[in-house]
Amino acid sequence: MSKIFYRSKNAAFAQTKLGAILLLLILLAACLPLFTQWGDAPFVLRFASRVVILALAATALNLIMGFGGLVSFGQALFLGLGAYGVAIPSHLGFENGFLHLALVMLASGVVGAMTGMIALRTSGLGFIMISLAFAEMFYYLFVGMKNFGGDDGLSILAGSRFFAATLANQTFLYLMALAILLVALLACHLLKNARFGMVLRGAAMNKMRMASLGYDVRRYQILAYVIAAMVTGIAGMLYANLMLYAAPSYLAWPMSGNLIMMVVIGGLGTSIGPLLGAILLLLGEEILQRTTEHWMFWLGAMILALALSGKTGLIDVMTAWRAIWQKAPLRLGQPGK
Amino acid sequence: MTIALFLAQILNSLQLGLMLFLLAAGLTLVFGIMNFVNLAHGTIYMMAAYGAALVVAMSDHYLLGLLAGVGVGAMLGVGLQYLVARRLYGKNPLYHVLASFGLILMGNELVRWVVGPTPLYVNIPPGFAGQITLMGVELPTWRGVIIAAGLTVALGCYGLIHHTKFGMRLRAAASNRIMLAALGVNVARLELAIFALGGGLAGLAAGLTMPLVSVLPGMGEPMLISALIVIVIGGIGSVRGAFLAALVVGMIEVMGRAWLIIGLQNLLDKHVARAVSPALSSLLLSLVMAVILAVRPGGLFAAKPGGAGHG
Repeated sequence: MSKIFYRSKNAAFAQTKLGAILLLLILLAACLPLFTQWGDAPFVLRFASRVVILALAATALNLIMGFGGLVSFGQALFLGLGAYGVAIPSHLGFENGFLHLALVMLASGVVGAMTGMIALRTSGLGFIMISLAFAEMFYYLFVGMKNFGGDDGLSILAGSRFFAATLANQTFLYLMALAILLVALLACHLLKNARFGMVLRGAAMNKMRMASLGYDVRRYQILAYVIAAMVTGIAGMLYANLMLYAAPSYLAWPMSGNLIMMVVIGGLGTSIGPLLGAILLLLGEEILQRTTEHWMFWLGAMILALALSGKTGLIDVMTAWRAIWQKAPLRLGQPGK
Repeated sequence: MTIALFLAQILNSLQLGLMLFLLAAGLTLVFGIMNFVNLAHGTIYMMAAYGAALVVAMSDHYLLGLLAGVGVGAMLGVGLQYLVARRLYGKNPLYHVLASFGLILMGNELVRWVVGPTPLYVNIPPGFAGQITLMGVELPTWRGVIIAAGLTVALGCYGLIHHTKFGMRLRAAASNRIMLAALGVNVARLELAIFALGGGLAGLAAGLTMPLVSVLPGMGEPMLISALIVIVIGGIGSVRGAFLAALVVGMIEVMGRAWLIIGLQNLLDKHVARAVSPALSSLLLSLVMAVILAVRPGGLFAAKPGGAGHG
C-alpha cells in the first residue's frame, strides 16, 4: 500500500517536472525571434517557422493516420489548397487575412468531405492509393491553371493581412504558427483519450467490433478526415505566407511522403511525435543538403532503412531505452493497423 | 470532328490504355497475391526505360534495347522482392508505403547522379517511322506496333493465368498462400516469378513507349498514378479488371482532353479553352473513379473478401 502511494506521489512529481520542462521549452520557443534578431540569423527563424508549420500539418495527419490507422498518402493536397487559398485571392488583389482564412477553411473542408467520403469507402491499401490519386489529380488541376501560374506557381506580393499585422512579417508568422501548433498538439493530446479518439483508435484496431458496439465508425472517420484536412489547410496558408509563393509541387506526392515520414519518425499515434519528427526530418535534410549534392538518394536510403527496421519512431526507441534503463519489461508501442 | 479523327483518337486511347495495362498488370498481381503495395513500380518503369535507352544509344539496335528494358525490369522486380518486399509481407501497409517512397527517391536521384538530369531521346526504329492506313485512318506505324504488341501481351497474360500450370499456381496463391505451400509448391520462388513478371511487363512498356516520351528522372510517377487509378477502378488484384479499366482510363485521358477542347472552344476563348481542358480532363478522371467507387466500392471486378481476384 505504502509502495503504491509512494509511486503515485513519485508520478505526480514526475508530471509536475514534465510540465515545468514543457513550459520552459514553450517559453524558449516563443522567445526564438528575440534570439535570432540579436544573433542576426534570420534564416534560423525561417527554418524554425518551416518546422513549426510542417509539424502542424503532420499533427493533422497523425489524427487520421496515427489514431485512425488510415494511411493518407495525399495529405499534401490540403497543404496546397491552403497555399492557393492565399495565393489566388492576393493575385486578384484581396489581401484580407480573414477572407483568406475563410476561403482556405471552406476549400479544404469541402474537398476534404468529398474526397473523404469516397476514399473512406475503401480501407487499408485501397485508401492509400485513392488518397494519392486524388492529390495527384488536384496537382494536375493546378498545373493546368495557366491563369494562376500553372507549372511555375504563383508568387504572393503581400501576405495575409489581419488588421494592422501581416503574416508576411516573419516574427508575427512564427508566433502565430507556434500558437496554432500548440493548440493543435494540446487538442490532439486531449482527443486521444476522449470518446472521439477512442472510437478512432478502436476502429483502427478492429472496425467490425467497434461497429457492433454501436458506433457509426464511418462518421467518426469522415469527421477526423475533414478536421485533418482543415488543419492542414491552415498549415498550407501559413506555409504560403512563409514562402510568399504557391506552387503545384506543394500538392505533389513527395510532400505527402514527407508528412508521413515526420509522423513515423517522431512516433506514430503519439501526441508529440509529429513535432519531434518534423524537427528531426527537416534538420536531417538540412544537414544532408549541406554535405552532399545527392542528398535525396541518402534520404531515400534512410527512409528505406527505417521502414525495414519496423520501428514506429523515436518515441518507440526511447521507450525501449528507458525500459532497459529501468530494467522493466519491454513495452514497445504497437504500430496502428 | 470527322469520323477519321474520331477513329484516330480511339486508336490513340487504345495505345495509351494498353501501355497502362502493362504497368497495372504487374502492380495488381503483386498486390493481389502478396498484399504488397509497390509504389516503386513506376521507378522500375523508369529504370527499365533508362536501361533500354542507354543500350539503344550504345548498340544502335532497337530490339536489343527493348530486350534490355525487359531484362532490367524483371531483374529489378526480383531484387525488390528479395531485398525489400519479402521482409515487409503482413506488416502494416504504412511500411510498404515508406519503403517504396524511399526507393522512389533513391531511384530518381540515382539516375540523376549516374546518367545526369538531361532527358534522353530515342528514335523510332527505322522502317517503323512512317504511317500506315487502317480503315481509312492514318496511323503512325509505331503506334500500330505498340497496339499490336500490347494486345498480344494481354492475350498472353490471359493464356498464362488461365491455361498454364504456372497460372494455376498463381491463382491458388492468390486465394490461399499457406495452403499452397503446404501442398508442396515453392511459394517463395513463385513470388519471385510474379515480381519478375510484373517488372518485365513494366520494362516492356518502357521499351515500347520510349520513342514517344523523353526518358528523364521522375518519368515513372505520372505513369504510376495512372496505373494506380486503373487498378483501383478495375478492382485490386484482378488482371481482367485492370485490362478493362486501363482501356477506360486511356479513353478518358485521350478523348476527354480532345472533346473538352472542342466543346469549350464553342463556349470560351480558344486560348482559355486550351488552358483549362487538361485540368478539367484530369478532374473528369477523378469524377469517373468517384462514380465507379460510389457504385462499386471494390472496383469493377471486386476481389472476393478473404482472397484476391482470380485473373
